[in-house]
Amino acid sequence: MAETRRAPRTPLTYVLRLIVIGYLGLLVAWPVTLVAWNAFHLPDVGFTTEAFSAIFSDPQMMAAIRLTCVAAVVATLINLVFGVSISLLLVRTEFPGKRVLSALIDLPLSVSPIVVGLALVLVYGGRDGWFGPTLESAGIQVIFSTPGIIMATAFVSLPLVIREVIPVLEEIGTEQEQAAASLGASSWQTFWRITLPGIKWAVVYGVVLTLARSLGEFGAVKVVSGNVLGQTRTATLAVEEKYLNFDQQGAYAVAFLLASVSVICILIVFVLRARGARVR
Amino acid sequence: MTATIPEVRSAAPRSSRPASTLTLTSGIGLGVTMLWFSLLVLIPLVAVIITASTGGWSAFADQLTNEQTAAAILLTIRSALVVTLVNVVIGTVIAWVLVRDRFWGKGLLEVIIDIPFALPTIVAGLVLLSLYGAESPLGLHWANTSTSVYLALAFVTLPFVVRMVQPVLEELDADVEEAAASLGASRSTTFRRIILPSLAPAIAAGAALSFARGMGEYGSLVLLSGNLPFESEVASVRILSAIENDNPEGAAAIAAMLLVVSLLVIVVLDLIQRRMVRRG
Repeated sequence: MAETRRAPRTPLTYVLRLIVIGYLGLLVAWPVTLVAWNAFHLPDVGFTTEAFSAIFSDPQMMAAIRLTCVAAVVATLINLVFGVSISLLLVRTEFPGKRVLSALIDLPLSVSPIVVGLALVLVYGGRDGWFGPTLESAGIQVIFSTPGIIMATAFVSLPLVIREVIPVLEEIGTEQEQAAASLGASSWQTFWRITLPGIKWAVVYGVVLTLARSLGEFGAVKVVSGNVLGQTRTATLAVEEKYLNFDQQGAYAVAFLLASVSVICILIVFVLRARGARVR
Repeated sequence: MTATIPEVRSAAPRSSRPASTLTLTSGIGLGVTMLWFSLLVLIPLVAVIITASTGGWSAFADQLTNEQTAAAILLTIRSALVVTLVNVVIGTVIAWVLVRDRFWGKGLLEVIIDIPFALPTIVAGLVLLSLYGAESPLGLHWANTSTSVYLALAFVTLPFVVRMVQPVLEELDADVEEAAASLGASRSTTFRRIILPSLAPAIAAGAALSFARGMGEYGSLVLLSGNLPFESEVASVRILSAIENDNPEGAAAIAAMLLVVSLLVIVVLDLIQRRMVRRG
C-alpha cells in the first residue's frame, strides 16, 4: 500500500469505518484482550502471575509444552525441506500431472482437522490401520505417539511454505540461474548461491507461519494423540482439559502463552513485510 | 499476511514447453517428495473414502441419515453458508476500508485481521467464551446454543475474504473509476459496474475458502458450543464421537462427505484462479 488514494470523504466513509471497527472490536479485539486480562487477574485477588508459576512448576505441563515445541519444530523442518523442493519442481520443471499436484497441495487448507486425524488413524493405527500393524511389529508406533502428532501437524501446515515460495520463484525468473550454470556452477551451487538467496524472505515468512500453525494445532492432534498424560498431551490439549476440569485460570494462562507466540509470529511477518515493501 | 490464502498462480504457457523437463536429480527429488506427499496426505485421504465405501452405498447413506448425524450435518452446512455470506459482505467492506480509508489505528486493524488465522483454534474458543459465555460482560449468554456455532465460524473465517480482496483492490486502476465518474456515473453505479466485477473472482475465492473452513471447523467449537445433539453439534464433532465409539465406518462416512466438499472447493478455486490469470 504505497499510496492510499484519497477518495472524497462522505458520510458513508465514516459509517463503513464505524462498522468495521465495531465488528472487529466485538469479534476479535475485545475477547482477545479479555483472555489476556483473565490470565493475570483473579476476581478476589487482583493482579497475579500465580497461574503462570503453577504451569512452570507442573512437570506434566512442562512435558506438554516440550512436546508441542518438539512436534512443531520437526513438522516445520519437514515442511521447509518438502515445501522448498516441491515449489522448485512445480515452478522450474514440467512433468505429467503437475496441474493436479499443484491443486492437491492446497487440500490440507480446506480439509477438516478431524478428517486429517481420522485419515492418519485409518492408515497408521496400530490395531487395524493399513500400515499400522506392520510398522508396530517393526517397533514403530505412530498413532498415540509422537510420530503421529508430528505427521498430523505436518499435514495441516503443509501448504504454507509452498504458498509463500511459489510466487517469488515465478517472479525472480531463471536468468540468473542460467547465467550461473553457463559459468560452470553445479546445480547445487546454483541453488545455494543464487536461488536460495532470492527466495530467502519468502522461506522465512513461510517458516514463521508454519511454526505458528503447528504450535496451535488441536483437532488433528487430538484424534491421533490419545492424550496420554506426560507423553502425548500437547499444550493445546492441556487448555481443553484444564478448562473442562474447572481450572479456568490455568486454561487462560496456557491459552495466553500460546496466543502470545502466535501474535508474536504475526508481528514478525507484519514487520518483515512492511520492511520488504519499503525496500522494493 | 496473505499467507494461508492461495495466491494466484500464473498458468504455464503449455504449448511452448515439453511434457517433461525432469533431469535425473529433479526426477529423484520429485520421487522422494511424491512419496512423502502420498504417505502423509494422499494414501490417508484415500483410506477415508475406501473405509466409507466398504459397506456399499446403502450403508454409507444409512450413516449419514442417522437422525443425529443428519441434524449435525444440516447445522454445519447452514452455519457455513450463513457465515460465508456474512464474510462476503463484511469482508469486502473491511478490505475496502483498509485500502481506501485512512485513519489513526488502521495498522492495528491490519494485525487484528490476522489474529484468527494465527490463534490456536482451542484458544479461539476460549477467547469467544470470555465475551459471549457465562460470565459475559455484555450479558450475551451464547455458549451452548446454536448461535455460538455461527459466532465461532465467523471468528475463524474472518480473514479469508478480506485477504483475497485486499490485494486486488489495491491494484485496481483509479483511472477507470475517474473516467466513469467524469462520464456522469454516480458512486454507487461506479461501484456496481466497475469495481464489483473486478473484485468478484477474489470474493468468490475467499468465499470458497471460508465455506470449506466453516464446514470442517472443530477446535473453536469444543468449549464454546457444548456439542449438544440437535442444537449445537457439528459434523466434525460427530466424526470424533464415532471414532471414540469405535465406529470407523460411521466416522469415515461423514469424513468422506466433508472431503468431497473440500475437493469441490479446491476445484472451484483452481477454476477461479485460472480465470483471474487469463484476464491478466
